[in-house]
Amino acid sequence: MTSPGTSVFDRLERLLPFVTKPIQYVGGEVNAVTKPWDSVAVHWALMYPDAYEVGAPNQGVQILYEVLNERDDALAERTYAVWPDLEALMRESGVPQFTVDAHRPVGDFDVLGLSFSTELGYTNMLTALDLAGIPLSAAERDETHPLVVAGGHAAFNPEPIADFLDVAVLGDGEEAVLLITDIVREWKAAGRPGGRGGLLVELARTGSLYVPQFYDVDYLPDGRIQRVAPNRPEAPWRVSKHTLMDLDEWPYPRNPLVPLAETVHERMSVEIFRGCTRGCRFCQAGMITRPVRERSITGIADIVENGLEKTGYEEVGLLSLSSADHSEIADVAKNLADRYEESQVSLSLPSTRVDAFNVDLANELSRNGRRSGLTFAPEGGSERMRKVINKQVTEEDLIRTVTTAYAGGWRQVKLYFMCGLPTETDEDVLQIASLAREVIKAGREVSGRKDIRCTVSIGGFVPKPHTPFQWAAQLDHEATDARLRALKEAIRNDREFGRSIGMRYHDGRPGIVEGILSRGDRRVGGVILQAWRDGARFDGWSEHFSFDRWMAAADAVLADQPVDVDWYTTRERDRTEVLPWEHLDSGLDIEWLWDDWQDALAEIPVDDCRWSPCSDCGVCDQMGTEIQIGPTGVVTLPMPVLPPSPVLAGREG
Amino acid sequence: MAPRPPERDIAPTVQKLRFRYAKRGRLRFSSARDFQRALERALRRARIPMAYSAGFSPHPKVSYTNTAATGVASEAEYVELGVTRECDPVAVRDALDAVLPPGLDVLEVVVARTKDFAHRLEASVWRIELPEIALTDLESAVAALLAADEVMVERMTKNGPRTFDARAAVVSAECAAEEAVDPACAILTLVVRHGTPSVRPDDVLSALRGVADLVPPVPPRVTRLAQGPLHEAGTTVFDPLAPDRVDEAEAARTR
Repeated sequence: MTSPGTSVFDRLERLLPFVTKPIQYVGGEVNAVTKPWDSVAVHWALMYPDAYEVGAPNQGVQILYEVLNERDDALAERTYAVWPDLEALMRESGVPQFTVDAHRPVGDFDVLGLSFSTELGYTNMLTALDLAGIPLSAAERDETHPLVVAGGHAAFNPEPIADFLDVAVLGDGEEAVLLITDIVREWKAAGRPGGRGGLLVELARTGSLYVPQFYDVDYLPDGRIQRVAPNRPEAPWRVSKHTLMDLDEWPYPRNPLVPLAETVHERMSVEIFRGCTRGCRFCQAGMITRPVRERSITGIADIVENGLEKTGYEEVGLLSLSSADHSEIADVAKNLADRYEESQVSLSLPSTRVDAFNVDLANELSRNGRRSGLTFAPEGGSERMRKVINKQVTEEDLIRTVTTAYAGGWRQVKLYFMCGLPTETDEDVLQIASLAREVIKAGREVSGRKDIRCTVSIGGFVPKPHTPFQWAAQLDHEATDARLRALKEAIRNDREFGRSIGMRYHDGRPGIVEGILSRGDRRVGGVILQAWRDGARFDGWSEHFSFDRWMAAADAVLADQPVDVDWYTTRERDRTEVLPWEHLDSGLDIEWLWDDWQDALAEIPVDDCRWSPCSDCGVCDQMGTEIQIGPTGVVTLPMPVLPPSPVLAGREG
Repeated sequence: MAPRPPERDIAPTVQKLRFRYAKRGRLRFSSARDFQRALERALRRARIPMAYSAGFSPHPKVSYTNTAATGVASEAEYVELGVTRECDPVAVRDALDAVLPPGLDVLEVVVARTKDFAHRLEASVWRIELPEIALTDLESAVAALLAADEVMVERMTKNGPRTFDARAAVVSAECAAEEAVDPACAILTLVVRHGTPSVRPDDVLSALRGVADLVPPVPPRVTRLAQGPLHEAGTTVFDPLAPDRVDEAEAARTR
C-alpha cells in the first residue's frame, strides 16, 4: 500500500505514447503549484469535467486553485476529463484518475470539487469518480473517500446528480471553498467525529452548503413533486447561495496558469464585473449571479498588468456577462489601449450588446490590431420576440450599430440568435433572414464594398431553472429543426444577399438532453447513470454525443414512472407545481419570476435596476447584498514603468 | 473606402541569436507547436526585444529547425530568433531559462554570425532506452539491420501510409546495457543522417522489428543527444554552433 498522495506518473507515462495530445496530461504549466502532501491538513482536487483544452482556461477553477493554494493549511490540484483513448488504457493497467499537478490519485484527496458550467459534463463526472475508485453513489461512500462537491451554474439545480454528490454549492465559490476547508480541517483534527455523516451534518448546518441526502422528495401520483423536505434537523428548509462582495478585495487571478497544450482560450482573462441585471428572461447566468458587482478601473488595470507580466500572453479578455455595461468601460478601454499601444497585446470584450457605443469600444480596443469580426447578440429574430425575452433592442438599433461597425472598417459581423423561445412562431425565426439581409444592405452602402459578410449563429433555447422561463415548454427537436431548415432555405433563396450571409447552427437534439438535465429531478439521476454505462462521455462534443443512447436510457429507466423525456422538456409547468430546485435559494422571489414570465407572454419589458428603480426581484433583500458599481472617478491611469530589459548588450559599459 | 487600421512601424532586426535547448522529462510530450507557444510567451515574460514580421498580423521572427517529435526527449534542439536591440547572449539564456517551465531548458545562446545553419544539421545522435530487452537480443537485431542493404518500413503520415528505406540513413548503431536500473535496460545509440523522407528513431525500431522481430514490451524512451555536421568516423556529430562561437571569440579579440 503506497502512502496517500504518491504520484502515479511512472505508470501513466507508459500509456502516454499511445494517446492523442499527451501534453494535456502532464501538467507543468507556468504558475502551477505543487505542495508537499503532508504539509497541509486539507487536500482539494478541483475538476473541470471536460477535456483539458476546455477546462484549463476556466476562470472559476483557476481562481479557486489560487485561493486554496494561498492557504497554509490546504493544497489544491487540478484534474480534467480524460479522453476515451486514455480512459481505456487506464482501465486496462489500473491507473486511477489523477491530478495534472503532481499526478496524485484523485481518490486520495479530502475533497473533489467539480465546477459545472454546463449539465453536459455530468457523465464525465461519473467517469472520473469511477476511475478514481470512488463509489458513484454518495450513500455508498465512507470516510476514506473524498467529499464530492459540485459548484458552478449547473449546481443551481443539482437534483439530477443529487445521488452522486455529497454537497452542492450555489453561487460564488471563493468564500465557500474556504468555509468547506475550515469545516473539513476541524473535523479531521477532532478525529472525524460521527464519521462521514458527522462531517455532512457540520456542512449542512451552515445553511449555505446543500447536502442532498438530507432531503427527501415525495411525488404525486401524476409524477409531479409533492414536496421536498429536510430529513434532519440540521438541514435548513432552504439553502442559500453565496455572494462575494467587493471584487477589488479578490484580485484574482494573481498567477494565471499558462498551459503548454493548446486550449480554447489562449489569453489572459480578467473578470471586470460579476452579475448582470439586464433581465434577459432566458439567461440563467444573469438571474443567478445578481447583483452586479464591479471591479474598479484601477483593480482591472493592476490585474492586467500583473497578469501579462507573469504569463506572456498577447491577448487580454475583459470578461463579464455584458462587458460594455461596466460603468467605467470607456475609460478602461482607453487606458488599456494607451498602455499597450506600443506592444503586441490585443484587448477583447467577449460579450457585447447591440449598441453603437460598443463599436466605439471595439474600435478603441483594436486600435493597433486588425478589424476582422464583431459579434452581437440580438437573440430574437423579430421585434416581438425580443420583447418576450426582454432583450431591449430594436431593428433600428441593430442597423445603426452594424452601420457604425462596417464604417469603422470591420468586414464581418456575427449575430447570435436563439430558436425555440417561448411563443415563437416560424415567422419569428424567418425574420432572422430579413434582419441579416438589412445588415448586409446597410453594410454595402456604408462601406461601398461587396465583400462584407454577416454570419448568423443560432442556438436552441433550453429553459433553465431560476429564470422566468423555468415554467416554459421547450420546443421539441423536430420543430426546432424544421424552423432552422426553413430559415436556411430563406437565406439560400435570397439571390441578392444570400451569398454574403453565413448560417451556423446545431440540430435540436442535444438541446433535448440538456433540457432533461437542466430541469430534471432526482429521477433523472438513473437516466444519467444508464447513459454513462451505455458509453455516454463528453456529451458537449458532437462527435461523442449520441441522442439515441440518451433516449434509450431514459425509456428504460423511466419505464415504470409516470414521467418521460417530453414530460421534463416540452411540458409547460403551472404556478402551483413544486419545481425540483425550489428549496435552493438563488434569492429570486418566485412571485417576481412568475410575474416576469407573465409579462414575457404579454410582451412587457422590465428595466435594469442599475439605471431604473428596483424591480423587486428579491435578491438583495434576501441575500443582504447591494449593487456595487462605479464610476470611481479615476479616469486616467499612469503608464506602467518597466525597468530596462536585463538582456541588452553593453549594459555594464 | 473604409478606413483601415494604421500601418505600424516595424522595428528592424539588428541581431540574430541561435539557441540550443533541451526537452526533458514529462515535457518531452510537448509538440513542436506547444514549444513554439511556450517559447514566444517566455520571450515576452523575459522581456527579450524580439523582432516581429511586418504585415497585417505580425508574428515573432523565430525559426524552428528539425524539431524532435512529440514524446521524444532532446538535448539538442535549435531555434533562431531575431531581436530589435543588441543583446548579451548569456543574459538572454539566463533570463529565458528562468521563465521557461522546468523541462524546457535553454542550454546555450550564441550570436548568429554564420549562414547556412540549417545545412549544418546533417545528422542526429539518438539514445534509445529499451526496458526489458536483453542486450544480446538487441545486438543480434542490430547486426541483422546493419547487414541489410535496405529495410523497408511503413509509417502513417498525414497523407496516409508511406513506405521507405530506414537502413541507408543509419550511419552507425551501438548497443550497450544499463544494469543499474531495474528491470535491466538495453541502450541503442544511433547516428542517423537527416534526409527526405526523414528517418526517425521509431522507423529504425520498426526496421529492427522487421529484420529480427524485436518488439519492445514497454514503450522505449528516445532522446536526441546531439545534431550537427556528421563526423568522418560516422559515430558522432560536430557542434553546429561551433562556427558561430569561433567568430564570437575572434570578435572578442578584436574588440
